[in-house]
Amino acid sequence: MTDRREFLLGLAKGAGAAVVGGLVWVGYLDGKKASATVLRPPGAVEEERFLAACTKCGLCVAACPYQALVLARPGDGRPVGTPYFVMRERPCRMCREIPCTAICPTGALDTTLVSDGEAGKKALNINKARIGLAVIDRETCIAYWGIQCDACYRACPVIDKAITVDPARNDRTGKHAILGPVVHSDHCTGCGMCERACVTKKASIFVLPRRIAMGESSDRYIRGWEADDEKRIHDVPGDTTTMTPRSDKSPTDYLNREDL
Amino acid sequence: MPMIMANRYRILRRVVQISVLSLFFAGNAVGWKVLQGDLSSSLLFGVVPLADPFVLLQVFATGTMVAGQALLGGGIVLLFFAAVAGRSFCGWVCPVNIVTDLADTVSAAAGGENRALQMSRNARYWVLGLSLALSAWLGIAAFEWISPIGALHRGVIFGMGMGWTSVVAVFLFDVFVVRNGFCGHLCPLGAFYSLTGGWSAVRVLHSKDACTRCMRCVESCPEPVLPLVGKWNGAVTSGECTNCGRCIEVCPDRAMRFGLWKQVTERDPKEVAS
Repeated sequence: MTDRREFLLGLAKGAGAAVVGGLVWVGYLDGKKASATVLRPPGAVEEERFLAACTKCGLCVAACPYQALVLARPGDGRPVGTPYFVMRERPCRMCREIPCTAICPTGALDTTLVSDGEAGKKALNINKARIGLAVIDRETCIAYWGIQCDACYRACPVIDKAITVDPARNDRTGKHAILGPVVHSDHCTGCGMCERACVTKKASIFVLPRRIAMGESSDRYIRGWEADDEKRIHDVPGDTTTMTPRSDKSPTDYLNREDL
Repeated sequence: MPMIMANRYRILRRVVQISVLSLFFAGNAVGWKVLQGDLSSSLLFGVVPLADPFVLLQVFATGTMVAGQALLGGGIVLLFFAAVAGRSFCGWVCPVNIVTDLADTVSAAAGGENRALQMSRNARYWVLGLSLALSAWLGIAAFEWISPIGALHRGVIFGMGMGWTSVVAVFLFDVFVVRNGFCGHLCPLGAFYSLTGGWSAVRVLHSKDACTRCMRCVESCPEPVLPLVGKWNGAVTSGECTNCGRCIEVCPDRAMRFGLWKQVTERDPKEVAS
């Protein structure tokens, strides 16, 4: 009898201590997990899955020939032990062999996301990397002031595709052009060479994770003037209905019942 | 010379622990291909994958499958410790062992047997269970995010940052709060290897006939795994034995030695009776 009593008491004590410890632990982790603006190596899977799959081994960091990747240390304000870039200091040089992605043992960095071709005979293509997206602050960019500068455009490894220069009339002088850089999301790899090259005090072009930098267009609108845009909504179910508590009632009921 | 003989396994363990860390450090800093990565996952000689099976278990708990490279690495490490070396990761590889051994030496020198708390050694199995439960709940490998082991080896290999705080905390916990507190009571990685370490080939063997029951081995053992001392000839069978060899080097009677499981001649009489 006392044996059983002691056993149950011990179990209850253990469980109680475990719950206390667990709650403190969860509270700590929940604060640490969220780090929205961290820029992952090429081929990183979507951030939530990345955080689950990365074992914090640092093989990608050791593999980077330019020592651009950093492994987050405790106190760096990023998920500890995971790799990230600081583009203003050391951007990604877009190696063709993508050694960081290729060496990842867990699949948190997935070579299929940076490869062309069918399964079985894939060829690595670093241009498919989507580390982030370069975003321009037109208010601090001196090119948009009308001063001649094309530092980011010249630094871009995907020049004329990821960054183009759009000439526009300079209304202030009436006789000069404003040569403003424009980033195109379908080609920008987020390598960060532009951010490093930017001449302003704090970079006026900078890389943000795509999920932060980009919006998402609605299925309810198409560009009718573009032949292919309608295809985008082909798989969307046509008869979308919104159900609310009122939906049960027929529109004519209240007229007949006179409870207006 | 007697000093060295009385600490021969401790010295050897330090050599192994520091060599492993140094090779990892050189793997990152200089590009040596002997060991690259860290204790979570790594590449040996640039070819053989190695991975921490407990990390992988936490990743599985999040509902994530890892690539074959990591699976193979985890399998190799698990097989090595389960079949050959027992829980020797804790005594021979883990860098936190250097810290906790130091804590034990310091508090022993200060004559301190009085610690602030008593704690069950089974707490670590609760922490192991919690690690997996929280991994499933939060979708991240829960222990890896707070692990002082990770903070220390990753700190040495890739840069310490604020990681020293948890290492100092472990040291002070062991000195002031619970004797062998971290490695023997809390660490879920140690608990994991305790669960898999009971069947390994390499064991500490004891000879009752040579033993004079001075009990130095029992006093120095970081785990209570020596019930056989002075009672029967046989092997230390508990998975919680870290194969640190401390009992062997402190024994003045040569009644302890490393050996293989199959050399066991007698078993626990109680076990045989039942």
